[in-house]
Amino acid sequence: MTREITLSKAVNEAIAEEMRRDETIFLIGEDVAEAGTPFKVLSGLVEEFGTDRVIDTPIAEPGFMGIAVGAAMTGSRPIVDLMFGDFIFLVMDQLCNQAAKTHYMSGGKLSVPLVLRTNLGATRRSAAQHSQSLHALVAHIPGLKVALPSSAYEAKGLMKTAIRDDNPVVIFEDKLMYNDKAPVPEEEYLIPFGEANVMRQGRDVTLIGTSSMVQVCQKAAEILEKEGISAEVIDPRTIVPLDEETILNSVRKTSRAIVVDEGHQNFGITGEIASRISEKAFYHLDAPVQRMGAMDVPVPFSPALEDITVPTPEGVADRARLICRGELVHAA
Amino acid sequence: MAPKKKTNTEDYLRMYRQMVRIRAFEDNANQLYLSAKMPGLTHMYSGQEAVAVGICEALEDSDKITSTHRGHGHCVAKGAEFKQMFCELLGKEEGYCRGKGGSMHIADQSHGNLGANAIVGGSMGIATGAALSARRLGKKDVTVCFFGDGATAQGLWYEVMNMAALWKLPVIYACENNGYSEYTKTDEIAAGSITARAEAFGIEAHMVDGQDVLAVNDLAQKLVARARKGEGPFFIELKTYRYHGHHVGDINRDYYRSKDEESEWKKVRDPIANFGKWLESEGVVTADELVAINDEIRADAEAAVQYALDAGYPPANEVDMHVFAGVDHALAYV
Repeated sequence: MTREITLSKAVNEAIAEEMRRDETIFLIGEDVAEAGTPFKVLSGLVEEFGTDRVIDTPIAEPGFMGIAVGAAMTGSRPIVDLMFGDFIFLVMDQLCNQAAKTHYMSGGKLSVPLVLRTNLGATRRSAAQHSQSLHALVAHIPGLKVALPSSAYEAKGLMKTAIRDDNPVVIFEDKLMYNDKAPVPEEEYLIPFGEANVMRQGRDVTLIGTSSMVQVCQKAAEILEKEGISAEVIDPRTIVPLDEETILNSVRKTSRAIVVDEGHQNFGITGEIASRISEKAFYHLDAPVQRMGAMDVPVPFSPALEDITVPTPEGVADRARLICRGELVHAA
Repeated sequence: MAPKKKTNTEDYLRMYRQMVRIRAFEDNANQLYLSAKMPGLTHMYSGQEAVAVGICEALEDSDKITSTHRGHGHCVAKGAEFKQMFCELLGKEEGYCRGKGGSMHIADQSHGNLGANAIVGGSMGIATGAALSARRLGKKDVTVCFFGDGATAQGLWYEVMNMAALWKLPVIYACENNGYSEYTKTDEIAAGSITARAEAFGIEAHMVDGQDVLAVNDLAQKLVARARKGEGPFFIELKTYRYHGHHVGDINRDYYRSKDEESEWKKVRDPIANFGKWLESEGVVTADELVAINDEIRADAEAAVQYALDAGYPPANEVDMHVFAGVDHALAYV
């Protein structure tokens, strides 16, 4: 049976199901218990699992992140709730110097099975410190896996896989999608890491979109279809590990690619994926691989300014048109 | 030495031996550095032996510790073997971490050592989390978080002490105050009192002579037992002294510490010599027996050094192993 539920509900279900299955799992973070987080994603969990397993912390991100690392090293499987993705800067030492490296530095003897769930996404009028998409920062660090769910269905399946993974996994949910509904089966399912989802088949151009940008790419493909341009849309689902093969196979077929991601464009995910395509499918390309990330400015507050910092379906369609018609001289 | 009744000769001798083992390990490690046989650098624990031994002798094997960049002493005291430790220092395959950690990251999870840490104060969260984990999972384990006076300046400590106190976690924060925060006198970096920092969170704080292994052990026994019963967390400030510089290469250090001060501590306050004298005066051992113990341990350490020097490096294909649990080679995965 499949029903439509919100992304928020999907995450809640995934965590609840896993907590019922495995006593070693606990949730920890700011306002995760009675408040159920500001986005109400975790509502109801403390009632079922109690305050021993749904642990409210003081506002002390490095502290509870470090505590989760130590708990994970000693038989627990913590899920850390980081209220906003922007706060990841506060936990960087515990996440990147401790969690990410412990398995390696101990020669494989210690493991850190934890999930850090947080969010990304601009256009919520939350200004520069509550709107960033910072997944590239952690994807850069060996030892961390990074998942980017693009719908309620994806969020549930990826969360369950993350919780069962024996490594630190960072999941970024798009905070603007919490109320978006999608069909989600009632039966249990998991989505494996490193298997991209080809959302739409196409011949002329491959649109690779992550998280919030999957919908943007889908909408761009619809615009393009009306003009006779056939776009293939790929959701990598996880950027570490990255399903390079599915992306490369698509580009070998379409000969053109645009990578769309809500992180800042410079030194980001779009550059990484574009570079892998250029390195490994160069002779199949009919046009330079295009990067479309968030504008390289702090996210502005004013709606008039904020909206132009993020890739849009129209913008992606414009770029696709240029490369498909051979009209691209220099991408801006 | 605090006056003690001769109640447990075996315990006393084990504590003495463990302190000598740490000193012997460090003397050899220093020699490896000075003779350019050791890659990188290391931080000597010599002078602080009574801290690690006094505390670890109060712990069960399954109890956890977190350690620091100056971590060899904790590692030995928690039950590690010379051979695997020297192998790790030299980056050899048989090291505790297959050569991937080195001096600043030795972990020996088989004896509850969750690892040394090269970020000052970096393991304060880990120790607190291990205590939370133990309690949640219904284990009786206590965790001791070792750190230096320098680490008391890190904000992380205040965050985790707050949570440990709120949640009454079985963790003991053990601050080894050796008087120097790297190359700076602690007086210059720490305002107010160190014990007051813990007391501000309602944590019972103690101060003890870190050169007196019996005093340390006596206090640790009591606090560990109470932490196991759910009366934690606790804080201990242990006044001690590091004989070497901040690291082995910190040779010319007159600008922050006088030679007179160093020789005074070595002459008057040495934890091993003083405990040895006390053991003799109490009739626990003879001077000859102490010499024999020292000789045997020194020979052991030297043999382990030779073993490690002769041991093999990890094969090159190990470089991308152990990046992820459950993934053989990370480069074929990411």
